[in-house]
Amino acid sequence: MDITEIERDSMEFDVVIVGAGPAGLAAACRLMQLAKEHHQELTVCLVEKGSEVGAHILSGAVIESRAIEELFPNWQELGAPLNVPVQRDELYLLRNETAAVKIPNAFIPATMHNEGNYIVSLGNVCRWLAEQAEGLGVEVFPGFPASQLLLNEDGSVAGIITGDMGIGIDGEPKDSFTPGMELRAKYTIFAEGCRGHLGKQLYSQFQLDADADAQHYGIGIKELWDIDPSKHQEGLVIHGSGWPLGGGTSGGFFLYHSENNQAVVGLIIDLNYSNPYVSPFDEFQRMKHHPLIADYLQGGKRVAYGARAITKGGFNALPKMHFPGGLLVGCNAGTLNFAKIKGTHTAMKSGMLAAEEIFAALQAGDTGGKDLSGYDARFQNSWVYTELQASRNFGPALHKFGSLIGGAFNFIDQNIFRGKLPVTLRDDHPDYAQLRPASEFAPIQYPKPDGKLSFDKLSSVFLSNTNHDEDQPSHLRLKDPTIPIGKNLPLYAEPAQRYCPAGVYEVLGEGAEARFQINAQNCVHCKTCDIKDPAQNITWVTPEGGGGPNYPNM
Amino acid sequence: MSNLVIAEHDNQNLKASTLNAITAASKIGGDIEVLVVGANCQAVAQAAAAVTGVSKVRVADNAAYEHQLAENTAQLVAALAPAYTHLLAPATPAGKDLMPRVAALLDVNQLTDMMAVVSADTFKRPIYAGNAIATVQSSDKIKVMSVRITAFDAAPATGGSATIEAIDSVFTADKTQFIGEEIAKSDRPELTSAKIVVSGGRGVGSADNFKIIYALADQLNAAVGASRAAVDAGFVPNDLQVGQTGKVVAPEMYIAVGISGAIQHLAGMKDSKVIVAINKDPEAPIFQVADYGLVADLFAAVPEMTSKL
Amino acid sequence: MKILVAVKRVIDYSVKVRVKADNSNVDLTNVKMSLNPFCEIAVEEALRLREAGKATEIVVVSMGVKAAQDQIRTALAMGADRGIFIETGDAELNSLSVAKLLAKVVQDEQPGLILLGKQAIDSDNNQTGQMLAALCGYPQATFASKIVVEGDTATVTREIDGGLQTLKLSLPAVVTTDLRLNEPRYVKLPDIMKAKKKPLAVTTPAELGVPVANTITLVRVDAPAERSAGIKVESVDALIDALKNKAKVI
Repeated sequence: MDITEIERDSMEFDVVIVGAGPAGLAAACRLMQLAKEHHQELTVCLVEKGSEVGAHILSGAVIESRAIEELFPNWQELGAPLNVPVQRDELYLLRNETAAVKIPNAFIPATMHNEGNYIVSLGNVCRWLAEQAEGLGVEVFPGFPASQLLLNEDGSVAGIITGDMGIGIDGEPKDSFTPGMELRAKYTIFAEGCRGHLGKQLYSQFQLDADADAQHYGIGIKELWDIDPSKHQEGLVIHGSGWPLGGGTSGGFFLYHSENNQAVVGLIIDLNYSNPYVSPFDEFQRMKHHPLIADYLQGGKRVAYGARAITKGGFNALPKMHFPGGLLVGCNAGTLNFAKIKGTHTAMKSGMLAAEEIFAALQAGDTGGKDLSGYDARFQNSWVYTELQASRNFGPALHKFGSLIGGAFNFIDQNIFRGKLPVTLRDDHPDYAQLRPASEFAPIQYPKPDGKLSFDKLSSVFLSNTNHDEDQPSHLRLKDPTIPIGKNLPLYAEPAQRYCPAGVYEVLGEGAEARFQINAQNCVHCKTCDIKDPAQNITWVTPEGGGGPNYPNM
Repeated sequence: MSNLVIAEHDNQNLKASTLNAITAASKIGGDIEVLVVGANCQAVAQAAAAVTGVSKVRVADNAAYEHQLAENTAQLVAALAPAYTHLLAPATPAGKDLMPRVAALLDVNQLTDMMAVVSADTFKRPIYAGNAIATVQSSDKIKVMSVRITAFDAAPATGGSATIEAIDSVFTADKTQFIGEEIAKSDRPELTSAKIVVSGGRGVGSADNFKIIYALADQLNAAVGASRAAVDAGFVPNDLQVGQTGKVVAPEMYIAVGISGAIQHLAGMKDSKVIVAINKDPEAPIFQVADYGLVADLFAAVPEMTSKL
Repeated sequence: MKILVAVKRVIDYSVKVRVKADNSNVDLTNVKMSLNPFCEIAVEEALRLREAGKATEIVVVSMGVKAAQDQIRTALAMGADRGIFIETGDAELNSLSVAKLLAKVVQDEQPGLILLGKQAIDSDNNQTGQMLAALCGYPQATFASKIVVEGDTATVTREIDGGLQTLKLSLPAVVTTDLRLNEPRYVKLPDIMKAKKKPLAVTTPAELGVPVANTITLVRVDAPAERSAGIKVESVDALIDALKNKAKVI
């Protein structure tokens, strides 16, 4: 049976939104608010691939409440889970495995100050936003991935098709086979987050990034810990960079003291690193042994683990965000402000602006499928644009000059000129093209995990509650199955084994016996493979609905 | 304190699970009596009377009890119950079928899979598939429970000389009709109920090599299991998979051959009574949970073991 | 014939539980909750019986916190006709109280067949169906792997130690489902929307006139003891000797 030829049921909505993250949920809420204000009937459907809203949300997170305040001025009354105001900011440069230098407050770039911000679980914020959305009348469907674009004959986006359920590992439908549905909409908002798989198709379909610099990414790995109550300082925010990263690999760590004697610790590594032996997972594990961090974690217990790529190219890499029949919002477009390492408020705002643009069009009698170029003006007149433009040099400066001089540049740019320095630094090299041959490096010997502060990959994935039905085709597709062993292995020692934070990719056997194994069941949907594979040979597609991690409180 | 242990049997043989339940009763303390409900089951009563620690065996031997149906067996047990403080049965499908029905007839709650006696009214039992252990206290006048077999050693089957007493009361199962039974005659026990499981991992290398695993399993009358890596590699079908996403087993002995011991696998077998690991890598995590570890080439060690057993 | 299916809201099977630091219970804050897998199988079996013309109406009943209505909605989205929710609040109820509440619903609804999962994957009790059968004076068949309804009987194949047993029950009867009974269907998106409009009656133990009281109390919850490494043996002979003479497993 050819699955592309099946008859599909179809449902129609005014607006379909893909992804229940901050951007998609904010767009959904804003649409319904506008409909209520104008006493207009509006049908909004939001699909989410995670088993529930929040299941796939992973973020630091310290957030600015600006967008939430705009969307729900009575957010506190409504019980938004912004419970921990930031009390204190600390910024460190780790000199080596034992030494750290505290950066005096006066030298911290203004964007890195967090007074007035909140330490949150973004997953829980999304759970709360979904309740608000449902209360406003949005149809929220977790467990239903948007797996394909639905196009009109004129090439405009007509909606999406949800994933088929019940297809066996052999590609054949099982007894339980249930075909996905067409969800048709006048306008579709794509809010899939970093490296959304439909977003990726939209970029090429509509050449959305034709005038933008190459996008840049990082991989964030995060753990949630129960820590010793005597060491817990609710509201303490620690950031830093330096050790163990070096040799052209950059990034930064975070440690936030949240509620209930819990702390979150994480490391973001820029995916433009060149040494194929780098393992972000192992860098993170050994980083936790630095006394600055270990002192807090010692005697505690790790309770959750997860990883997710982040879009960090910022202003210069922003694509065109509108195309016939739809809009691209949030991290799916790249609205994260890397100078602040914050994307929630900007993502939400971009979603709210999309809602306003679409609602205005529908109210004027638009029947859908148009290219809503008016979104540009709304975006450019908003604080998101101002903020992103002011931070445009932050990432490129670090990429170009390294964290020391780049950091100094950022201090001058952000604190003295408030981002108005008449210089724009560019960084137009895609991350995947930055890998250098393995022959130029010696393999990195990472220390063995001690089982107390550091752990192996599989026991980490275990704590992400990741699950995929075993009997389904792999959702990690190789365009050319010979590349991992034929090219990537000799040239780059097949870096997938190391950049994947979930142990999905393995090279088994040696020499002529070597075989590339994909343990798709372990996948935490971070999308790093789709981004970093030097041959751009791995395509991440949506697995059966509900598959993937089940993050609680992340 | 007085305990009544409901014997598990097939009218001919007393099942070993009863011996574990008797040990559990001995931890509670007080008299231990055994109830045998069946038809033509005198041999079972004799066997129960010989178990160390049993003071009395009560036998309800009647055609009405031939299939030990819950409907009437529960009525009988409930009628006898007021003479006891604790009613115990092995936590097998038979015991789990019967005991809640008995409890409801007595208007009391029931404890499933009791795994440790803290005191006469406080017990431990696994919840969340063994991922947490609950300590619970019962205020019921009669404590009705099923006993996790692997948590208690078997009481010695000999050495006792209990009196045997016949029970005349007969209850009939008017609404339940026994149609038939099919006890699998498979050469190999089922994975989840086997006493011994021999599991192979990626280290076994190929589907063909798995025959040495089957040979050892045959020798031990064991079931065969596998790690996810072995299943993913196509060595064996996925219904053999032991682990987080596969089957959870808790046999008396689990032999892990060529299995590294990823946490997903451990989640499926960590409750086994005795864990044996055979692996050539001395650093394999499986050794951290194994009671007996043998660092050796499995292709030599497994056939050697098979031949010497 | 009417079928009553009792379902429970539990932690999702893919989520690893964690014992709270104060050992009072496991931590369920913001973890994904789902319809108990065995209950889902019970709902599916009821649907198949209705599709085979053996049943006319499927009523789903659940109890607990308000959010447990989500699980009734899931069953309604699968295809059940209406729901009954008994709001009992936060406290976990002992099985006997659950069975008494269900017995009252059985008395009111007079179903011909009552289906339950064999156990909930949180408490792992495996009790409610058997208790309900006792309270109603109905026959029971636990661990069902096949159910055939003919006239006023149900012939049920049960998974027992080492094989299968077949019983014929006079209806009304209580049957609890095992894993291999069926594979539940996927819920379709429009059916989720329709389920929101299906009738769901809400009641309380007081309204039903059923007093609930727990006689088993939770004292504490611990994480299972971690296994520690045992001994390394030098040879196959030493291993066999240890297994025979020390562990006494062969």
